[in-house]
Amino acid sequence: VRSRAHTPGGAKVEFEIDFQKWYLSIMARSLADIPLGRAAKVTAVDGPRAFRRRLLEMGLVPGTEVRVVTIAPLGDPLRIEVRGGQWSIRKQEAAHIAVVT
Amino acid sequence: MTDDCCDVPEAAPARSGVPSIALAGNPNVGKTTLFNALTGASAKVSNYPGITVERRSGALKLPAGPAELHDLPGTYSLNARSAEEQIALDALVGLGGATAPDVVIVCLDATQLARSAYLLLQCRELGARCVGALTMVDEAGDAAPDARALGDLFGCEVVAVTARTRRGLDDLLRAVDRALRKERRADWKWTPSPALRADLDAVRAVLPTSWRAETRYGALPKAAATVALVPDLDDALALWALTCLEAGDDGDELVGVPAELRAAVVARIPVDRGRAIDEETVLARWTWLDRELERLVRAKTDRSRTERIDRVLLHRVAGFAVFLGIMTLLFMALFAGADPLVSLIDSGLKGLASHLRDLLGVGIFTDFLADGVIAGVGAVLVFLPQILMLFLFLGFLEDCGYLARVAYLMDRVMRSMNLHGRAFVPMLFGFACAVPAITATRTMERRRDRILTMMVVPLMTCSARLPVYTLVIGALIPAARMTQALLMVGMYAFSVVTSLVAAWVMSKTVKPLKAKRLPFVIELPPYRFPRTPDVLRMMWGKSSMFLREAGTVILACSIALWALLYFPRQLPAGSPDYAALVAKAPTDDAKAVVLAREQAAHLENSYGGRLGHAIEPAIEPLGFDWKIGVGIVGAFAAREVFVSTLGIVYAVGTDADAQSVPLRSALRDAKKTDGSKAYTPLVGLSLMIFFALAMQCMSTLAVVRRESGGLRWPAFLFAYMTVLAYIASFTVYQVGRLLGFA
Repeated sequence: VRSRAHTPGGAKVEFEIDFQKWYLSIMARSLADIPLGRAAKVTAVDGPRAFRRRLLEMGLVPGTEVRVVTIAPLGDPLRIEVRGGQWSIRKQEAAHIAVVT
Repeated sequence: MTDDCCDVPEAAPARSGVPSIALAGNPNVGKTTLFNALTGASAKVSNYPGITVERRSGALKLPAGPAELHDLPGTYSLNARSAEEQIALDALVGLGGATAPDVVIVCLDATQLARSAYLLLQCRELGARCVGALTMVDEAGDAAPDARALGDLFGCEVVAVTARTRRGLDDLLRAVDRALRKERRADWKWTPSPALRADLDAVRAVLPTSWRAETRYGALPKAAATVALVPDLDDALALWALTCLEAGDDGDELVGVPAELRAAVVARIPVDRGRAIDEETVLARWTWLDRELERLVRAKTDRSRTERIDRVLLHRVAGFAVFLGIMTLLFMALFAGADPLVSLIDSGLKGLASHLRDLLGVGIFTDFLADGVIAGVGAVLVFLPQILMLFLFLGFLEDCGYLARVAYLMDRVMRSMNLHGRAFVPMLFGFACAVPAITATRTMERRRDRILTMMVVPLMTCSARLPVYTLVIGALIPAARMTQALLMVGMYAFSVVTSLVAAWVMSKTVKPLKAKRLPFVIELPPYRFPRTPDVLRMMWGKSSMFLREAGTVILACSIALWALLYFPRQLPAGSPDYAALVAKAPTDDAKAVVLAREQAAHLENSYGGRLGHAIEPAIEPLGFDWKIGVGIVGAFAAREVFVSTLGIVYAVGTDADAQSVPLRSALRDAKKTDGSKAYTPLVGLSLMIFFALAMQCMSTLAVVRRESGGLRWPAFLFAYMTVLAYIASFTVYQVGRLLGFA
């Protein structure tokens, strides 16, 4: 995929993107490993059936914007913001939620 | 997974009497406040049969006449996996012996509209006559949607209410009145795909009679034309079955689901198809909600105040400091603050008992009243100050949103032992007393989490173990100051370690306690200032339920225990004539000595005393003799009774406490028949280990029975703790002897 972009200086550059690499680096990220504060969009929710249904019903459906607000002082769980509400979710569970930033 | 179908009456439930109104909603949406505002003083708290989910109901005055309001458990969805979550559905559609409500009031949180509307959508799909109560309008500010437009969207009336100022309550009741006259009609905002339609048709064909709308609601007015593609009331339950019923190890834990329905669903739906159905259903609802609500909600709710508070309370340093401060305060209040009230109750009852003795004179009936009944009432009442305070603080912290933060802060620690983050508070209270601590497990939603916590809380060093430790350490452990103090600290540390390890082991080995793969997702609601009447009402409701349900058992047990240590009154032949000895005693002191000896003789001769003798062979390998055996029997009333029982056994008087010098020297000087010391430091250590681990508290057992809804868990608790205590004491004593400590 060839693409065009502007550098901060304003100069035009052309570059190539390895789609597979791009997909892996951008798409295949889970909520457990995105930086704090960065808004992301849910792409898929995985995990055991009842677990997944619960997350979906909370409104974590594909397309929903989600943000990790803070990590608990002991390193787990995460405090996430979804649809104007905040939830505490463990990292291993957040790993089931695929997102794009 | 339970396949047995309970005895659901096949006939339509009686629909006589006043209309029944249900109140549904997410947690933290002001549902309780609305319930209290609508029912006033008439609210009653009870339990759903078999499970500890509180059921609250109260009288409601509709413009057209009286009605009954039932508060459903707060839930985000009607789909269920456990028996507890199933309550909301059962109560909403009239399954499992419940009567379907005539109207359902669904709380809609103006600050979290989409999420609360998801529940309303499900209720509409089930064909409930709904009225929306739009709460938190003030808090939402500009983000609050127009109630009328919402109503048009969902096809039911929506009224904005502020329970605190009673604004909108009359409108709400009028809307309920109007809804009563509507017909029940399933209202689906989405159309199932052909594949799902086929699944629905297959499942509704096997829907048992008791689950069909005709049975549940009586004769329904035949809809003008049942268009095949428009889902109806039975489709909604078929969809519920399709989503919730699952086989295998990871399956659901629903009860009362007819076996043929479960079999049909499980046979038809492989896991992958089930996942696809979940996705289609949930996505369809959210797609509709997102599209439609976007037009109604223009602003985002301002969460900055909560965010500012969280920046402090969840901070890695400040947050923990505040957390420790609040917990210390709570603990001190429970541990020390209740003390004056407890001693007031204690001395009041003692006074009452001695008055009774003066009034009735000596006799069995007097002893029964004074030592059996009044002491038993005391055994219940001493818990009341702690329980009241606990529910007051917990209610306050829960309502303002802090308990969810405690779970967030402590989850990492608790998780490593497979405990819920919210188990921290009950375990902390375990240091004061297991009884209020076990009632505090109610702040957890899942039964598995609650039960596991209940199983380990009694291992914490409660305040009743303290007198026992003080006595044993004071009497038997060499007085090098540091040894004694260190041992006391060690006993506390020991209890923390054992309870955490026990939690971990049980979560790996005991099937119902195994960690289920359910998300540990808890909402961190916005901070709100709790309403005093709500907190007080909850405190009173829960405390009176404790008195009713656990109190009666504790009373009965303590009377039984009194009888065990009192009867028979006839001393064996050949005993000295104590009455004559008392009469002959030259001084009051000598008289007291004789009386104490008589009491000791009676205790040894009592059924409890004989039990102590009988278990002597069993407890000998632990280093205990029959006298300690009697003490252990007596300690079942409450651990601290061990001290006063030993006081009687050693004839140093009935009111010996842990500091009693005569009792300490009696223990120190006690000899075995062969003349060697009866109690060595090793015996003391073994005894303390035994008290740390053994389940010797009937009040705890009574409250576990009440909270777990059956005898199974208290029996398990008693068995595992007793076995653990025996093995540990045995090991300590025998290994100690092998190592040469006598």
